[in-house]
Amino acid sequence: MANYNKFDKDVSSSKFNVKNIFMYVILIIWALVNLFPVYWMFTFSLKTNEEIFGKNLIGLPWDWRWSNYASAWKTGNMPRYFVNSVIVSAAAIALVIIASMMATYAITRLKWKLSGQTNAFFMLGLTIPIHASIVPVFITLRNMGILNSHFSLIFPYAAFSLAMGILICTGFMVEIPKDIDEAAYIDGCGPFRTFGVVIVPLMKPALATISIYTFLQCWNELMFANVFISDSKFKTLPVGIQALSGQYTTEWGPIGAALVIATFPMLIVYIFMSGKIQESFVVGAVKG
Amino acid sequence: MKKKDIVNGLAVFLFLLPALALFIGILIAPILKSAYYSFFDWNGMGDMTFLGLANYKELFTSKAIGFMKALGNACILAALSVFIQLPVSLGLALVLGRGIKGEKPFLSIYFMPVLISTVVIGQLWLKIYNPDYGLLNSALTKLGLENLCHIWLGDKKTALLSVFVPTLWQYVGYHMLLMYAGVKGVSPDLREAARIDGATERQVNRYIVIPSIKPIIKVSVIFAVTGSLKSFDLIYVLTNGGPLHATEVPSTRMIEMLFQRNRYGMGSAIAVMMIILCFAFALLISRAFKEED
Repeated sequence: MANYNKFDKDVSSSKFNVKNIFMYVILIIWALVNLFPVYWMFTFSLKTNEEIFGKNLIGLPWDWRWSNYASAWKTGNMPRYFVNSVIVSAAAIALVIIASMMATYAITRLKWKLSGQTNAFFMLGLTIPIHASIVPVFITLRNMGILNSHFSLIFPYAAFSLAMGILICTGFMVEIPKDIDEAAYIDGCGPFRTFGVVIVPLMKPALATISIYTFLQCWNELMFANVFISDSKFKTLPVGIQALSGQYTTEWGPIGAALVIATFPMLIVYIFMSGKIQESFVVGAVKG
Repeated sequence: MKKKDIVNGLAVFLFLLPALALFIGILIAPILKSAYYSFFDWNGMGDMTFLGLANYKELFTSKAIGFMKALGNACILAALSVFIQLPVSLGLALVLGRGIKGEKPFLSIYFMPVLISTVVIGQLWLKIYNPDYGLLNSALTKLGLENLCHIWLGDKKTALLSVFVPTLWQYVGYHMLLMYAGVKGVSPDLREAARIDGATERQVNRYIVIPSIKPIIKVSVIFAVTGSLKSFDLIYVLTNGGPLHATEVPSTRMIEMLFQRNRYGMGSAIAVMMIILCFAFALLISRAFKEED
């Protein structure tokens, strides 16, 4: 029997070789389809129009025109957009972390009647499309006179990532043994001290996942940013790039440079943390 | 004992406060407000005139609003997504999930487009489709296929498909990642046992892997369909609904109603319809998957 199995395996693995090659060819072609736009973006960001428009379509640039980056950086307002994106994302991340950790603590570790229902209520947020609130939020912000400000994006972004934040926090918090709380209670800690001194330090692994998830939502968001912000002082990268492309319709190099500036920080982080980033996408979907 | 209860109650309240304030203030209350606005004729500033369901009636009957056409386009995108994008993702997930050489690098490369801002992807594809200097037409010319050159985004006939191609391409990696996580969750013993019993790789996938990742496939189908109904970013960047409304989707109609025509009631009606449709489709898909079991 054992021999038979071995024989069977050998046959199948030799059959696999032809199949294997075919499979790898397809995998590599699909990898190129995914890598090519990024490669092309990077190379045309360093070319002149002449090269981009026909003389050197997809090759490496003949002479590397870093001046494209200078024009995107100086006349294209890129530093401001970049900083705005950082401020909005960082503030939203902080809000999501604080609000979701606190809420999850109340839901999973304090004893009260409606904790299950409250959790279900928050989980509605996973399916509500961001469009749902655009009109009323727009009108409220307008009436409050804070349409063109960082706040007009920070609060909506935090609200829309909150459900996922709570979901991720719950996953981590239920893993912390209840004995720890009880020990803290016996030592005379109330719920607030227990949370601050015992639970929060143990939640560090959840922070990375929540931050990554929220960051990606904020960094790339277009619809709210486009509607709420018209003053270029507060534009985030996605809206800024849209404005820039209107400004440089005939010169492609600087636009390419702007696209690279907006994308590369993300890609560099991805190279170092790809596992963690992928995990933050899977956690929500698999449980949700 | 009593004092402890009060402290506990207070703690629950205080711990929930920030999350509830954000959640109710920015998600729940606005949805109710949207529903309310949708019954009115309102330009966003002056008086509101109550219309009853007239906005909804107009939404479904008026050609000028074009909601039905936009919804139709979103449904085409949803169908393409479920029948082309998801099978591609599943295929990749099955191949990578069985542990081939180079599994991790391939996975990371395929997932990369998901992380790139849709605006950046849109700008890149604008340049690929550019009729005069774009990569696509240049490539066709170099290959001697000039007659296939096209004003891809400017022609009513090709615009819709040209917009959908990058949309579908960008998220293949996302669905692949979800399914891959599922495939990796299938016990290696089960797989090994089936192989020893003489099952081919195809049979293992068909009878063991796919049935056990069904919950994830369900999630993917729900995301693909609701994501198509909500789609906005790429279409906004590439065509903004044009040419001649060929590529409109519900959200581009909503934005136009709100901010070009100042019809806040109608814009809200579209928003409400989108929420209802998203929930309805999510429920229907869950049902369909349950019934199959």
